[in-house]
Amino acid sequence: MTAVLTTQISRRSPARLALRRFLRNRMAVAGAVFLVLVVLLAVCAPFVAGHDPNAVDLTAFRRPPSGEHLLGTDSSGRDVFARLVYAGRVSLLVGLVASLAAVMAGTLLGAVAGVIGGVADAVIMRTADVVLSFPSLVVVVVLAGVLGPSAPMLVVVFAACNWPTSCRVVRGLALGLREQEYVQASRAFGAGRASIIARHIVPAVLAQVAVVGTLLVAQIILLEAVLSFLGLGVQAPQASWGNMLTDAQNLTLIRTMPWLWLPPGLAIALTVLAVNFVGDGLRDAVDPRGVR
Amino acid sequence: MLTYVARRLMVNVGVFLLISVGVFLLVRAAPGDPVRMMVNPEQLAAGGPDFIARKRAELGLDDPVVVRYVVWLRDALTGDLGYSFVSHRPVSAVLGERIGPTVLLMGTALLLGLLVAVPAGTLAAVRRNSAADYASAVVSLAVISVPSFFLGIAAIYVFSLTLGWFPSSGMTTPGGGGTDVLAHLVLPAAILALSIAGPFMRYVRGGLIAELGADYIRTAEAKGAGPPRVLLRHALRNALIPLITVIMIYVPQLLAGAVALEQVFAWPGMGQLAISSIGQLDYPVVIGFALFIAVLVLLCNLAADVLYAVADPRISLQ
Repeated sequence: MTAVLTTQISRRSPARLALRRFLRNRMAVAGAVFLVLVVLLAVCAPFVAGHDPNAVDLTAFRRPPSGEHLLGTDSSGRDVFARLVYAGRVSLLVGLVASLAAVMAGTLLGAVAGVIGGVADAVIMRTADVVLSFPSLVVVVVLAGVLGPSAPMLVVVFAACNWPTSCRVVRGLALGLREQEYVQASRAFGAGRASIIARHIVPAVLAQVAVVGTLLVAQIILLEAVLSFLGLGVQAPQASWGNMLTDAQNLTLIRTMPWLWLPPGLAIALTVLAVNFVGDGLRDAVDPRGVR
Repeated sequence: MLTYVARRLMVNVGVFLLISVGVFLLVRAAPGDPVRMMVNPEQLAAGGPDFIARKRAELGLDDPVVVRYVVWLRDALTGDLGYSFVSHRPVSAVLGERIGPTVLLMGTALLLGLLVAVPAGTLAAVRRNSAADYASAVVSLAVISVPSFFLGIAAIYVFSLTLGWFPSSGMTTPGGGGTDVLAHLVLPAAILALSIAGPFMRYVRGGLIAELGADYIRTAEAKGAGPPRVLLRHALRNALIPLITVIMIYVPQLLAGAVALEQVFAWPGMGQLAISSIGQLDYPVVIGFALFIAVLVLLCNLAADVLYAVADPRISLQ
C-alpha cells in the first residue's frame, strides 16, 4: 500500500506534470515535431542538399523544379533546395544564439537585481527601462548603414535589445524566492549571494526563462528574415531565408518563378509558427493558472 | 500625475540624448574624410597643401568633440540635417516629401486593423472558448508568424499578376483617375493591417473578459440594462481605453512593417528612401531617418505612458 503511494507521488514531480500538460497540447506537439524535422534538415544539410548551395551553373539557370533540382534553380543556376536547407542553418543559428545570449544576460542581471537589491537593482532596472524604449530598428539601420550589414552584427544587436524581458521576469520571481525558507536557511548557513543565485534562484526560474526564450527565438527569426530581405542582414552569397526572397523583387520573377520565393517564405512562416506554438504550449505547461 | 509625466519625460529625453551621442559617434566613425566628401575635387586639387587644414577649421572639424556634438545636435534639432551625398538637397527636404506616403500607409493600416480587431476580439470574448474564439487565437498567432514582406509578394502574385485586381507597385499610375492612389493603397495597407490586427484582437479579448467580470457590470445588469447595452456602453468602452496605449507601443512595429512593405510595393515612403540610401552609402539621409524614427518612437512611448496614467488614475499615485 505504502509502496504504491510513494511511486504515485514520485511520478508527479512538477517537471513530469508540466511535460504531461505539454504533450496534451496537440498544437505544441505538432510544432515541436516540425521543429525537430527542420533542425535535422539544417544540421544534415551537407548530406541532404545534393548540390553545393553556392555553385553557379549558368547552363541551368531559372529551371523549374525537376528530379535533378527538387525546387528548381535561381537566376545564377544555384539549386534552390540546397540554398533553402543551408539558409535554415543561418536563420536558426541567428535566432538561437541571439535568444540564448539575451536570455542568459537577462537571467543573470535579473537574479542579481532581485537578490542583491539596492543600488544594483536600481541601476539594472533603469537600464532595462532605457533599453526597452530603445527603437531597435534605428540601431540596425544606423549600424548597417555606417558599419555595413552582417550576421554577427544582427546577433549582437538582437541580444543587446532583448535582454530586459527575461530580466524583468527573473527579477520578479527572485524577489519572491529570496524570502523562501530554504533560501533563508541557506543564507543562515553562510551561503554567499553568488551561491544563492547559482544554486537556488537560477534553477528555480529556468522554466519561465525557457518560455520567454522560446518566444524570443520566433521574434528574432522573423526580424532576421525582414532585415536580410531588406539587405541589412545576412549578405549574399551566403543564403538566409530572408535574403532568398530579396531576389524575388522583380515582377517577372514573381510571376514566372514561384519556386524561387514560395519555399523560403513558407519555411520562415511555418518555422516561426511552430516556435510560437511550442512557446505557448510551454507557457501553459509551466504555469497552468494562465490556461483559459 | 505631473511628477509621473515629468519622470517619464526625463527617461525619454535621456534615451534620446543617448541615441544622439551614439549616432554622432558613428557619423565620426563613418569611412571617408568629411572634407573630401563635401568639397569639389577640382577645388581640392587647386587649393594647395594647406587647403584641407583651412577647410577643416572653417567647418569646425578641429573643435573639441563635445563642442562639435553640441553644434551638431543644435543643427539637427532645428531641422538642419546636412545635405544628401546623392541628390545634394537638404536632408530635411528629402525626408519631408517622403513622410506623407508613409503616414498614409500606416494610418490606413491602423484604421483597417482596428476595424477588424475590435469586432473580432469582442466576438471572441463574448463567445469565450467557442470554436470562433479558438479559431481567432490560431489565426492571430498565424498572422504574427508570417512575415509581411512574404505576404506582400504572395499578394502581388495572386491579386496583381494573376487576377489583375490591383496595381502591384508605386502610389500612382500616370493618367490614373481619382481612386488611383486608393487602388495602389489596398494591398500594402491590408497586409500591414493584418500584422497588427492579430495582437490587437487578443488585447481587446483579454481586456473585455476582465471588464465583463467586474462588479459594475453586475450592477448594470441588476439595474435592467440589456446584454447589448451592457456590452457596448459599459464593458467595451472601458476595455478599449488601454488599447490606446497598446497602439502607441505598436507604432515602431508598424513602422518596421511599413519599411518592408514599401520595399515590396515600391511605395515612395521613408522606408524605401532609407533602404536605398543605405545601399548608396548616403549617410546624412540614413542618419536623418534614424533620428526622425528615434524621436517618433520616443514620443509614442511618452504618449503611451501619459495616456496610461490619464486612463487609469491609480497609476499616478505610485
